[in-house]
Amino acid sequence: MPAMETTGAGGVATAARSATTRTPGPTPRGAGRRQRTFEQANRRLKWAMLAPAVLFVGLMIVFPLVFTLNLSLTDAFGAVNADSAHIGLRNFGDALGDTRRFWPAARRTLVFTVGAVVLETVLGLALAMLMRKPFRGMRWVRTVLIIPLLATPVAIGILWLLILDPTNGIANHLLEAVGAPRQEFLGSVGQSLPTLMLIDVWQWTPMMTLLLLAGLTTLPEEPEEAALVDGANAWQRFRYVVLPMLGPTLATALVLRAVDALKTFDILYATKGAGGGSDFEVETLNVYAYGLTFDYQEYGLAAAVLVLFTLFIIGVVVLLRRRGGRKNA
Amino acid sequence: MSTSSQPLSRRAFGRLAAAAAGAGALSACSSGGGKPSADAPLRIMAINHVWSQAVKRRTVEFEERIGRRVSMTLLTADQLASSYNVKLNASGTDVDVMMVRALQEQLLFGHNGWLADLSDRVANDARFAWDDFQEAPRQASVTAGKVLSVPVVTERPALYYRKNLVADLGGPPRTLEALMEGARELTRRKDGFYGYVGRGQRSGAVSQWSSFLYSYGGDFVVDGKSGIGSPESVAAYEFYGRLLAGSGPPGATNMSLEQAMPIFAQGKAAFFVDADAIYSSFLDPKVSRVRETVGFAPFPAGPAGAKPHNIPSWSLGINTFSRLRDDAWEFIRWAAGPEMSAALQKDGIPGARSSVWADPKALSAFPPELAEAMRLNAERGVGYDRPRVLQVGRARDIVGRPLVAGILGQSVRPVVRDADAEFADFLVRDNRHKES
Repeated sequence: MPAMETTGAGGVATAARSATTRTPGPTPRGAGRRQRTFEQANRRLKWAMLAPAVLFVGLMIVFPLVFTLNLSLTDAFGAVNADSAHIGLRNFGDALGDTRRFWPAARRTLVFTVGAVVLETVLGLALAMLMRKPFRGMRWVRTVLIIPLLATPVAIGILWLLILDPTNGIANHLLEAVGAPRQEFLGSVGQSLPTLMLIDVWQWTPMMTLLLLAGLTTLPEEPEEAALVDGANAWQRFRYVVLPMLGPTLATALVLRAVDALKTFDILYATKGAGGGSDFEVETLNVYAYGLTFDYQEYGLAAAVLVLFTLFIIGVVVLLRRRGGRKNA
Repeated sequence: MSTSSQPLSRRAFGRLAAAAAGAGALSACSSGGGKPSADAPLRIMAINHVWSQAVKRRTVEFEERIGRRVSMTLLTADQLASSYNVKLNASGTDVDVMMVRALQEQLLFGHNGWLADLSDRVANDARFAWDDFQEAPRQASVTAGKVLSVPVVTERPALYYRKNLVADLGGPPRTLEALMEGARELTRRKDGFYGYVGRGQRSGAVSQWSSFLYSYGGDFVVDGKSGIGSPESVAAYEFYGRLLAGSGPPGATNMSLEQAMPIFAQGKAAFFVDADAIYSSFLDPKVSRVRETVGFAPFPAGPAGAKPHNIPSWSLGINTFSRLRDDAWEFIRWAAGPEMSAALQKDGIPGARSSVWADPKALSAFPPELAEAMRLNAERGVGYDRPRVLQVGRARDIVGRPLVAGILGQSVRPVVRDADAEFADFLVRDNRHKES
């Protein structure tokens, strides 16, 4: 007899649950046993089906997180597997007390994210509104629009480096042709971050456009038609009818894009190299953590910076979701 | 028989899953001990450099000799360093021969125990002739008394100049002051043309700036303490900053070799100081517009004389975790041996063997003016071009800050004071790491 039916409260509860699903009326003994075995196997089966996903999450997400958290509490240097001592929260204190690299990197991360995402949202929404109604050549426009999304960030970085080269780049030739002064772009300490924000906008505005366009196509037309009948102009219909209805899509697109922008690394590294430029001018938290790991081999401090960075991202997501939720309520 | 139909309890299932996961993880992580099969290739990771390309073209000869396939992966310097960090932190066996920068990575890799000790192999191999390697590169291969690498490519700075432009200046500058004056004069003459181009990135510029530093009488470290705050070092910082700020192209602080070289090759600059190993780029009609006018000169003298660096830019080592260490050593014997060194130097790739440098035939591939400049620079050379510390990356970031301030036209002295204090603290920490 299966142990579950004879021992413990859990077994009784399980039996009771099984009884509720059983067919009423007398059942032959053998058939009842088979039925019970099938139900128990069924219950186990769900664990078997879940196991690959649980294992994957455990190995690929939970283990690295726990490992990084543990590493952040050590003075690991040189090699991850070298002898290291647990030093409590000292790495976190060092990072949070570092006004030369950590806090400027945090500020740049925020500036880059806010600047790029706001521009991408505004431009993406404007383009989505323009493309909302079918027009001739719409398929071509949509195809062209996704080209920047298909290119790899490193290729984009090299492409823009060549275009914006202060001496040999085509951008300065064009500026000269229209009588504008030459610019240093990525060669300048002051212009590098804004230039990279604009490159990010060039690359990711199409994604915002496509997301918002998908949201716009699902909106009902009646409220807008009613507003039109009531005499609302185009701006009023957009501001008071379309935008509130688009809220949930907009909030989701913002969260997705903001998290991605916070984590930007490849294009910064491809254009400015290790350390985010000669004056650390584009060093974000991601670039800083990479430098600590691969250039300085200070694994304990790097892990602490990454833990703080993860908390920072979670904070931004929670903030955006709360604000999005409040607006949609 | 009832047991056979009993389903697994939840706990038993959990144990089974954990055991399966553990076994899976172990089998994935394990390197599979024991001797590798005859089919396993000898894996070489190398920089994408003319030396590696030339060796790769010749590997069939080596494969036939040892009866094993060779797999050679060529990467950029940054990619190579990151790959080593990832692979060797996991005690990876999937790399046998490692091409390393002796002055950048060797101290740290030695500290981590990632490079096999080659002392006995080089000492017991008369044909390999370890003593034939130049003194400075040979010394750079030794860490804590152990030979951890074998130098294969050496490098000195050369002064590249435009013959047609310096004719009325009395020829190429022989002193740093003459270089400054010539660069300023030529910048003044033509709009959109620059008297001097060179590396200006905080970290990337440090190695080329080292020759200016030594020629001004300064050094990175003096008696174990920071030397970058000395009057000589400050003068070297100020000179380099003035040179690029006054005569360099815009955006110089974002320039490493990849950005600076095309400006000279496109004929937009008069002088360029960088590694002598890149001279062929200016003779290649596909990328150079200065093929007919480029000249080569030794590094100019500063107040303390001409003291360029003469360093092993790339060396070969063996991964401690490799299971093909004997074959890896055979590869090093072949690739860094006297015959191969002579053959490659005849193709214009400067190596580290004294016997090859002494052979006029081996220098025939170089333009005569460059060969003479290389010979003089090697004679006068200092054996390192960056601080010799464990954390070279952090050291370069600190030492390079005043360079950037100078290039940006800011006052160098306060930045040097700050960097000097930071470097002094850094050296204390670095020494502590060395002793740990």
